[in-house]
Amino acid sequence: MTMTAQTASLATPVSKSLRRKRIRGSSIAVLVFLAMWAAFVSIPLYVVIVTSFKTMDQVALGQVFALPTEWTFEPWRKAWSEVCAGMTCEGVSHGFWVSMKILFPSLLISIGISSVTGYALALWKIRWAGTFLFILFLCAFVPFQIIMIPLVVLISSLGIFGTIWAVAIVHSVLAMPLLTLIFRNFYKDVPEELINAAIMDCGSFWRIFFEIILPMSANIMIVVLILMITTVWNDYLIGLVFGGVGTQPMTVILANTVITSFGEVQYNVDMAAALLTAIPPLIVYFAVGKFFVQGITAGAIKG
Amino acid sequence: MPEIEFNNIVKRFGRVTVLEDLNLQVDDGEFLVLLGPSGCGKTTLLNMLAGLQEVTGGSIVIGGRDVTDLDPKDRGLAMVFQSYALYPTKTVRGNLKFGLSVQKLDRAEIERRVAWAANLLQIDKLLDRKPAQLSGGQRQRVAIGRALVKNVDVFLFDEPLSNLDAKLRTEMRLEIKQLHQELEKTIVFVTHDQVEAMTMASRIAVMNGGVIQQIATPDEIYERPANLFVAQFIGSPAMNTLKATVERADGSVSAVHAPTGARIDLSAYSFSAAPKDGDAVIVGLRPEHFSIGCNGHADAGAYFSLPVRYTEKTGSDVTAFLDSGDGGLIAVRFDHKHHHVPKMGEMVEIHFPKDRFDIFDAASEKRI
Repeated sequence: MTMTAQTASLATPVSKSLRRKRIRGSSIAVLVFLAMWAAFVSIPLYVVIVTSFKTMDQVALGQVFALPTEWTFEPWRKAWSEVCAGMTCEGVSHGFWVSMKILFPSLLISIGISSVTGYALALWKIRWAGTFLFILFLCAFVPFQIIMIPLVVLISSLGIFGTIWAVAIVHSVLAMPLLTLIFRNFYKDVPEELINAAIMDCGSFWRIFFEIILPMSANIMIVVLILMITTVWNDYLIGLVFGGVGTQPMTVILANTVITSFGEVQYNVDMAAALLTAIPPLIVYFAVGKFFVQGITAGAIKG
Repeated sequence: MPEIEFNNIVKRFGRVTVLEDLNLQVDDGEFLVLLGPSGCGKTTLLNMLAGLQEVTGGSIVIGGRDVTDLDPKDRGLAMVFQSYALYPTKTVRGNLKFGLSVQKLDRAEIERRVAWAANLLQIDKLLDRKPAQLSGGQRQRVAIGRALVKNVDVFLFDEPLSNLDAKLRTEMRLEIKQLHQELEKTIVFVTHDQVEAMTMASRIAVMNGGVIQQIATPDEIYERPANLFVAQFIGSPAMNTLKATVERADGSVSAVHAPTGARIDLSAYSFSAAPKDGDAVIVGLRPEHFSIGCNGHADAGAYFSLPVRYTEKTGSDVTAFLDSGDGGLIAVRFDHKHHHVPKMGEMVEIHFPKDRFDIFDAASEKRI
């Protein structure tokens, strides 16, 4: 007893001081870096938020860091339903609904197809699968701007240019390589014996997918869902290029709102509109963010 | 009539040949164990039978039907996997049913079969649980149940007991054996564990390097191993092998082990091909056939007096490893109730009965 007590009392201070020493230098660097990063993001964010609640009179004073003297929701109301983007003055609400209409088909098409291709590449013996994966990998790194103009020609030859479907399909197709790789890497960790058992039991590609594999994919679905919602919602360029009048997503409407001005620039309304556009992905993060982290780690450890 | 036939099977992975011209027949109702060390091709052979891997050449016939190019589900087989491979999102009931729902059976028949298998394997109380809520032994039962409900003639087992602890393994071994006796179906069972093979099999096919070394009943494999590999692979501790030279003198045959100078009397051994004087042979002596002590038996075929290098105690038995003089060891297993356990360095006298030798040709390593 006394022996163990002695060794313990001897051992603890040593290990404690060692641990403290090791952390000190690097932790300062980490803290400084994180503080800088936090300030870099949160100071402009603070300005945006307070400005959106200020009256135009107070905005005109130019004290950007001051809290609103009189809190008002008027800029938010205006941004949502009245502000002009180009010739139409319907607020960003119109863009919100367009974005929603773009979002759902994009999610459905991209996740629906890439989960099946990922499953096929990972679990079935497919000729040229390796080559195909390599090409996909390369495609995931081709910038959209390079293929934008041929894509416009392609989409307009399909007769859907300027519609919601054009934006949704372009989103889905562009997301396909990355999503397929993500799904393939997730399904690759499904034990080989499990898929062998399913092949012996049933042998149907689709039944195995829907009954065995899909129910196991909740984690990766959340990851991909968040990834796609953020990408599609925050996109500007695809919406601008492929969306027509009345089918432009919220980001494009927002940009037009900020550009369009009659007389004085309504900074408070612009800020409110920007915040309105940024909120939906945030809600998704808060709602399923917990699963997002789980999903990322679930890929590393066999589920 | 053989239930399963492998005809001239060839399997290559790229340039690596795993199996070359392999022939094997499994009789109806037989419990065949494919036994061999890792990488001997036994699992590959089983996977090809299941249809999970393609054959490079040759044909596979099950129940008189050539299944070489059939899909796994159409071969009339059920398989139990090493990791159980239960569907994690389905309940036990769902796991059992999944293979049946494809066969277009009516609902009552599916329920009847699930109830039958669950009752047989005593998993009827677990039917609504998920695999994650089951213990290793229960998962194993579900995996077997999933194979049973399919009501096929051939069951394949791919090292199904290797993930269980020692106690459960012994229990499941017995249960699988009983299932086989009850159902009278053909079973092909892959394992690297010789105890599983010896206890369960009606025949064992010992494989090494993609070649079937011997296919025979467990008794024959143990008593009359066809070559040195089989002799050393079966039995624990492994058979002692001594390199010796044959001496023939007026009718009697013996072999002399040079390092110990021991003369091994082979007159009681029935040679399939009699060796000539001066032939190099390998004499196999199973550790458990030695008798220990100085009062020599009249029928002893070999006598050694050697120092003990070290001893191992395993419950009832003791294995003493004796220095054979040429850097090798001779293992001797005996019951420690009847003899005192020798200390290190102590000289021990051992005898080996005349009729228990296994003699192999030194060059070909085949039994002679």
